Amino acid sequence: MNQWNNFTKGLLKENPTFVLVLGMCPTLGVSSSAINGLGMGLATTFVLFMSNLFVSLVKNGIPDKVRIPSYIVIIAAFVTVVELCMQAYTPGLFKSLGIFIPLIVVNCIVLGRAEAFASKNSVFSSMIDGLGMGLGFSLSLTVLGAIREFLGSGRIFGISVYPEDYGMLLFVLAPGAFLVLGFLMAIVNKINKA
Amino acid sequence: MEYILIIISAVFVNNIVLTQFLGICPLLGVSKRISTALGMAGAVMFVMVLATIVTYLVQIYILIPLNIGYLQTISFILVIAALVQLVEIILKKVSPALYQALGVFLPLITTNCTILGVAILTIQREFNLMEGVVFALSNAVGFGLALFLFAGIREHLDLMNVPKALRGNPIALIVAGILAMAFMGFSGIV
Repeated sequence: MNQWNNFTKGLLKENPTFVLVLGMCPTLGVSSSAINGLGMGLATTFVLFMSNLFVSLVKNGIPDKVRIPSYIVIIAAFVTVVELCMQAYTPGLFKSLGIFIPLIVVNCIVLGRAEAFASKNSVFSSMIDGLGMGLGFSLSLTVLGAIREFLGSGRIFGISVYPEDYGMLLFVLAPGAFLVLGFLMAIVNKINKA
Repeated sequence: MEYILIIISAVFVNNIVLTQFLGICPLLGVSKRISTALGMAGAVMFVMVLATIVTYLVQIYILIPLNIGYLQTISFILVIAALVQLVEIILKKVSPALYQALGVFLPLITTNCTILGVAILTIQREFNLMEGVVFALSNAVGFGLALFLFAGIREHLDLMNVPKALRGNPIALIVAGILAMAFMGFSGIV
């Protein structure tokens, strides 16, 4: 039961995007379509899961003073793995996510979970936490991407819903990202308060 | 002429914060007052130019000759982290006044994605060292400009009667959206 709570807290109650407001750059940058958001979310989930696992494994061997640089090295290693895999197997997605893939290294969610959770908890709960947080991040990115894609070009996951001519291009461009995220956050605020 | 193009493109047309979405965390985090925004912008400019020069040299003289380009991400972030520490130590010794002004912001910069982002973009766009420095400098100016404008608006926003659910981050994001719309007016210049 405890592990189940551990897993679900990332999805809504402590959702990294809407509640903790971490990792804003990739959230805004790659959410121009649902599929991009999902791809970025899953890549981050993998890095979060693996880095949480490894940080909790080696946490007792790392001197306190150098822990942050060591965590960053662990994270950067897994980001490189993701980068190379995506380049090989999903070149289209790799291209459209562009610079945001190497920038997973400096995504505050990953380092934040390593420092706040994995460095203090057991290996198994850290894995669960990483998975939950990663899926919460994927969920919010996909929702944001789907809304922007729907409003901007009349499609969801590339499937046409209404003619593209009626779409508001603004929502696919930069300002739309800020506006949609702002209003989504306000809605989540309202729900959590009630 | 090429340098002018790089400058205008980085500061206005492709503003790093409002159109490239890098450095959103400091935009939301340290933009409550104009003075802190300027302090952060100063620290970022300092580190960004240094980091771009060092990572460029690492790429040209270490990664490419050894044919280990795939270690770019891991080596760049290490270089940046070490550089930030070094700058902090040197600044403390050499210029305590400057350290006082920038000190708080320096540790935050390691995980500021603008630094790593600009370092990688400089390599990706195949700039030479001089162009890289100009590119880094103008991106830092663009970052400072966005932060300064945003902080100015937020200082006024504190006095407004904002609906309860929108208070804090939501309204800040919506304001950033409107600011981004204004910057869209620059598109097509370069």
